[in-house]
Amino acid sequence: MRIFLKLCPGLLLLVALLAIGIPELMAKQVGMQGEEKFWERTVRFFLLQDTSVQIVVLGSTLIGISCGLIGSYVVTRKLSLFGDTLSHAVLPGIAIGFLWAESKDNIALMVGATGAGFLGVSCLTFLQKCTHVRQDSALGIVLSGFYAVGICLLTRIQKMEFGNQSGLDSFLFGQASALSVEDLWGIGCTLFIISLFILTAHKKLLITGFDLSFSRSIGIRADSLQYVLWLLLAFCIITSLQAIGVILASALLIIPAVTASLLVKRMNAYLLISATLGAFAGLGGSFFSFLGQGMPTGPLIVLVSAGIFIFVLCLRPTDGLLIKWFFSRKNTLRIHREDTLKAVYQILESHDFQHQTINTQALMSKRGIDIVKCEIEIQQLINAGLATTEPRSPKLSIPGQSILSLTPMGWEYACKIVRNHRLWELYLTNEAKYAPDHVHDDAEKIEHVLGDDTIRQLEHILSNPRKDPHGKLIPSLTDMEMGNIESSPSS
Amino acid sequence: MNSLPYPIQVHDLTVSYQRKPVLYGVDLEIEAGSLVGVIGPNGAGKSTLIKTIMNMVRPNGGFVKILGKSPKAGTKHIGYVPQRESVDWEFPVTVMDVVLMGRYGHLGWFGRISKADKKMAHECLEKVDMLSYANRQIGNLSGGQQQRVFLARALAQESSIYLMDEPFVGVDAVTEKTIVSILKSMQQSGKTLVIVHHDLATAKNYFDHLLLLNMRKIAYGPTPKVFTEELLQKTYGGRLTVFSEMASQAAKQPEIETAKTIGE
Repeated sequence: MRIFLKLCPGLLLLVALLAIGIPELMAKQVGMQGEEKFWERTVRFFLLQDTSVQIVVLGSTLIGISCGLIGSYVVTRKLSLFGDTLSHAVLPGIAIGFLWAESKDNIALMVGATGAGFLGVSCLTFLQKCTHVRQDSALGIVLSGFYAVGICLLTRIQKMEFGNQSGLDSFLFGQASALSVEDLWGIGCTLFIISLFILTAHKKLLITGFDLSFSRSIGIRADSLQYVLWLLLAFCIITSLQAIGVILASALLIIPAVTASLLVKRMNAYLLISATLGAFAGLGGSFFSFLGQGMPTGPLIVLVSAGIFIFVLCLRPTDGLLIKWFFSRKNTLRIHREDTLKAVYQILESHDFQHQTINTQALMSKRGIDIVKCEIEIQQLINAGLATTEPRSPKLSIPGQSILSLTPMGWEYACKIVRNHRLWELYLTNEAKYAPDHVHDDAEKIEHVLGDDTIRQLEHILSNPRKDPHGKLIPSLTDMEMGNIESSPSS
Repeated sequence: MNSLPYPIQVHDLTVSYQRKPVLYGVDLEIEAGSLVGVIGPNGAGKSTLIKTIMNMVRPNGGFVKILGKSPKAGTKHIGYVPQRESVDWEFPVTVMDVVLMGRYGHLGWFGRISKADKKMAHECLEKVDMLSYANRQIGNLSGGQQQRVFLARALAQESSIYLMDEPFVGVDAVTEKTIVSILKSMQQSGKTLVIVHHDLATAKNYFDHLLLLNMRKIAYGPTPKVFTEELLQKTYGGRLTVFSEMASQAAKQPEIETAKTIGE
């Protein structure tokens, strides 16, 4: 946790850099073209004025929704790497489909990709069932092996005469602006089938994901369900390849779903959020790609979804890293303040409450800290309205040479902390049978977290004690009123 | 003799994992309305027996019959409670969702969960004292609470036979008491229950029938008859280690044996 907290500012910086960097980069490219300004293109994108923009917006949004939905099942079933492997495995199929049709024919590419994907899954199943290769290694082997074959084939194709203007490299990194109307049909159909499947088999998917053996015991055919899910996953990947590319296709499956897992605890809401985030990421990625005039869409989609993920990770309610850091910092400051107040009390006590003020030097040596830290601690007390200072002599003010007195509020607070500490010590020695020399360190920590209710309980158990195990007074409200102890000048 | 078919009948059952035998020629006939504890040392094949009855492991020999039917048709009548560790407790479902899963066996493809199903799940959660947790995500539960949720799901299934795999592992004393009292009341309402158990000390009080298992069926019968020092010795005393060693030897490839003879 600590490491995360330390990394947190770094992560934020990264997000900030990305947020500043991407539009800058775009603006520069746009500027080089010298045709349109940044804002003009933004407006053009969101007003959906021309058909190409409409196709891009519709296509990338639908892809995002499909991937978000299927991704929820992929992530909750711990199949993240499986999706990645499948997306890499289809690459040689695409290349072969292209060689076969000698052009970018959608049907041929689709058939090739499906075939290669199927072969990839078969290899994976073989490695797992018939050898001792572990699952993660098997995934790694299939992923890199198929991808290598795909790259070799693609390089060959680009050297052929019909290969030059093939636009096949958009399958590597994605290019949403190259989406055609036929692509859109494929994407739409895939989304329709996925939605239909989820609607009809929602409960079965839920139960097989959670408890496979139980689902089998009530007669659910979990294996067939799994195969349908894989098939839809393959379709989802294949139809989204044009927009996001082979290398990063799994990002749109994984990141929105993982982000959803940070936010919700039920599958329905999970699906909804994951689909929304997926749509948003797809749209955002193609928007930035549009601004950048031909920047590959894949990496931009990943950046958008990763940005959302980091944002949610840091700022989600109660558990966000930044939120946690904030509260932990607040707590640390409070504990420091309370320790300082206690030290002031103890110094006053060592003089039998004869004085009402102490000097900074005494506080420094009592707390065992240097002058800079001491000044900071005093300043924090002053800021919280718990203490006031004045220079030792009215003429000159030297750091570390001032006189400190507690306000009535500060004095009450100090008494409360000391009381907490000593009550706890007494409780440990009397009730938990600790030796008196073992209780101090424990009380040092507990004193900051004892609530009023616990204090009442302790008072009751120990029947309102006056002295702690070391014979020191446990300060109470009556003591303050009776003037047995006194510090606050106004009291 | 009972004219009705046995809830669970196992005949000459042999199961092995990768040539290593786990169960060897087990015969078992469980009568309706018994509360059976399956006990034996680690690796004795207790969970394997349950899984074979549930048709999750394919036997090498022998057969299982559930209410006189084949396991494939019969498992629908069984409420199965898997080991607690076998599922993903980080899955995005709430306690109520899990209990409702017990009703899924009664729904069709388009079947919706009715009000009656919800009411039933509600009652089942109440029986295991977990109603106040109904809307919690399952990841925040303690081990004992997780087991109670599983039990509630089993209750919601309304089966006539129940198989439970180690329901007492890693649960607190209060939960253990709750589970035992629920098991006994289930038995009183005529259910047949088979429970894998690991603690010999409590087995005597919890179950009315015991199955002592160590690769072979050592004994099966009413608890007072079976819970004897001699039989327990036989189950836990390691007398069968020679038997199991020989069995796995035989399962190994015969080449090793031949090579040795040639070498000599």
